[in-house]
Amino acid sequence: MWADAIMAMGVNHKTAPVEIREKLTFSGDCQATVRQLKEIPGCDECYFLSTCNRVEILFVSRDQENTARAVRDFLFSAANLSDAEIGRYSYFYQGEPAIDHLFRVSASLDSMIVGEPQILGQLKQAYRDATEQNSTGTILNRLLHKAFSVAKRVRTETNIGGGAASISFAAVQLARKIFGELKGKRVMLIGAGEMAELAAEHLVTQGIDHVTVANRTLERAANLARNFNGSAISLAEVVGKLEEVDIVISSTGATDLILRRDDVKPLMRQRRNRPLFLIDIAVPRDLDPKLNDLENIYLYDIDDLKNVVEVNKSERAKEAASAERIVEEEVLKFQQWLENMEVAPTITAIRQKGETIKNQELAKTLATLDHLSAKEKKAVEALAASIVNKMLHDPMLSLKTNCRPEEKRQKLALTRQLFNLDQTVGAPPPARDAGG
Amino acid sequence: MNDPLFLGTLTLYAVTTAVYLVFFIRQTKRLRDTARTFLLVAGVVHTVCIAVRYFKAGHTPLTSMHETISFFAWSMTWAFLSFRWRYEVKNFGAFVSPLITGLMVLAALASNEIHELQPALQSSWLPVHASLAIMANGFLALAFCGGLMYLRQEREIKYKHFGFFYSRLPSLEALDNLNYHSVVIGFCLLTVGIITGSLWAKQAWGAYWQWDPKETWSLITWLIYAALLHQRLTVGWRRRRAAIMAIIGFSAAMFTLWGVSYLLEGVHSYVG
Repeated sequence: MWADAIMAMGVNHKTAPVEIREKLTFSGDCQATVRQLKEIPGCDECYFLSTCNRVEILFVSRDQENTARAVRDFLFSAANLSDAEIGRYSYFYQGEPAIDHLFRVSASLDSMIVGEPQILGQLKQAYRDATEQNSTGTILNRLLHKAFSVAKRVRTETNIGGGAASISFAAVQLARKIFGELKGKRVMLIGAGEMAELAAEHLVTQGIDHVTVANRTLERAANLARNFNGSAISLAEVVGKLEEVDIVISSTGATDLILRRDDVKPLMRQRRNRPLFLIDIAVPRDLDPKLNDLENIYLYDIDDLKNVVEVNKSERAKEAASAERIVEEEVLKFQQWLENMEVAPTITAIRQKGETIKNQELAKTLATLDHLSAKEKKAVEALAASIVNKMLHDPMLSLKTNCRPEEKRQKLALTRQLFNLDQTVGAPPPARDAGG
Repeated sequence: MNDPLFLGTLTLYAVTTAVYLVFFIRQTKRLRDTARTFLLVAGVVHTVCIAVRYFKAGHTPLTSMHETISFFAWSMTWAFLSFRWRYEVKNFGAFVSPLITGLMVLAALASNEIHELQPALQSSWLPVHASLAIMANGFLALAFCGGLMYLRQEREIKYKHFGFFYSRLPSLEALDNLNYHSVVIGFCLLTVGIITGSLWAKQAWGAYWQWDPKETWSLITWLIYAALLHQRLTVGWRRRRAAIMAIIGFSAAMFTLWGVSYLLEGVHSYVG
């Protein structure tokens, strides 16, 4: 069985704390790691994935036990861990569970934040590294392409990546619902806290035009403003500057309110009612809750944003259930393919296909030739049968001849593709931009 | 009803609406493309339907309630399609298509008999004046739909209740732009519609303006939209206020179209 030849081994954020994971981090050059892996005897195909949340090797081998041991030694060679520790911190899947694991990883069901899309890009990069080292073969090529298409299916058929799953992303998403495009918009940070900086960073990558930083100590404001190519002002200038900005993120340690409703109300006329999005992530709050009563002002405090994130997360969990179903389905399909990747079922399938075509064509032709005698009809049937058999003879002979396992797999895959035995429409996407 | 072309158009609109509503719930791209194709086909068939009626009647088919409402629905469809071509407003179709279908049902309920053209209407002003006035309604109806969507979406954001609509409705900015564009076009058409009507009135009745209820109400409608545009350009009445004004203005426009014909007597009352 090919299925049992597929194995996955590694550590991730669920099985091992970061202290363990960082010990496994291989030098930035993944291709070098793949090159070393390839040298392991018995390792027919392999691929190596290393991200901040996981280090993982996927490999195919006929000599399962020995290769698995060798791969394990290689993976943990730098970590200096006892066997028991390795057992505790790592996971090892073989056969169907390995396929299931890979699909779940690519669909972002195994991620720290379920539904975050980065993992797919990392997976594709890892695959690219592996193909450049020629370390993948028929099985891993097909398996990884399938993993990409599973991820795509999950993304289009479920809403797993829908709502923002972090506070700063939630703020960005809200801003986009209010302003549409964020290009040309201006943001003001009141207080130079870390969270405000993070939110501002997200906003800047979304095309925010200008960042103003207001802080009690002007020096810190100036330092932070420099990061964003922005300008620094003192707290006293905040109200005056409000007329020019669209988004305000406040995070000072002040015990009293910084902006009150009555400070801002007269400004809205000067702003010609352009909307103002106020984000208050300070505790105690900086911004007067009554500000939200003003027209065209949208005020969110830290609890509001946390609620948004909570709602989104539970939404994602719900979507994850339907994603799991998709994964299950695709694992089954892949197993079906693997099972057929043997000589006997392939030959049967080719024979059946030939038989079906022969019968269909005979029925069509004989229907128009009813003046033929029974003997002549027999001759026509025999002719059709012998053409089909002669045509299929050489391909089947070639499949039966002995050769190296990888060569055999390639031959089988090609044959199945040429005869369209798996009923796939079109070939799998190319490695470079697989999925999309 | 024995006009197969009209019934076909109505059916196409109904199917479009159904697909748009399912798309609104499911949000799959394929459904959206299907709905768009259906609407385009419906718009083309509707055009043919109106053209056929023009040749059958021998005059512009804008003289009965049936014809007027049908043309109103046609204007909305093409106004919507023209916007679609310029920019995309997420899920706008789910709000516009039910209104179009509703209008077509009303048109279907009105008598579709072809009347002889009354002497007062025998003028080359008829096609110009009536079609401009109704096309204005088509665009103002889009602003109305946009206004409803705006108020709904703003509620979601302001009261932090992110329900069914929040993810499906477009950004407030997009809805406000839509409001501005459709009100500007609708207002211009309305203005020209009123001016041509007034010129026609001079020719037919000898006075540019005689405070007939329809004239009065179209002036009220015009003033509402004029106020909206003026305030938007001077002090920035945009977004929420613009949305509310678009809804009020459209109600006035609808009263001009129907209320006046049914409730008030006047020289325009032959339309009905």
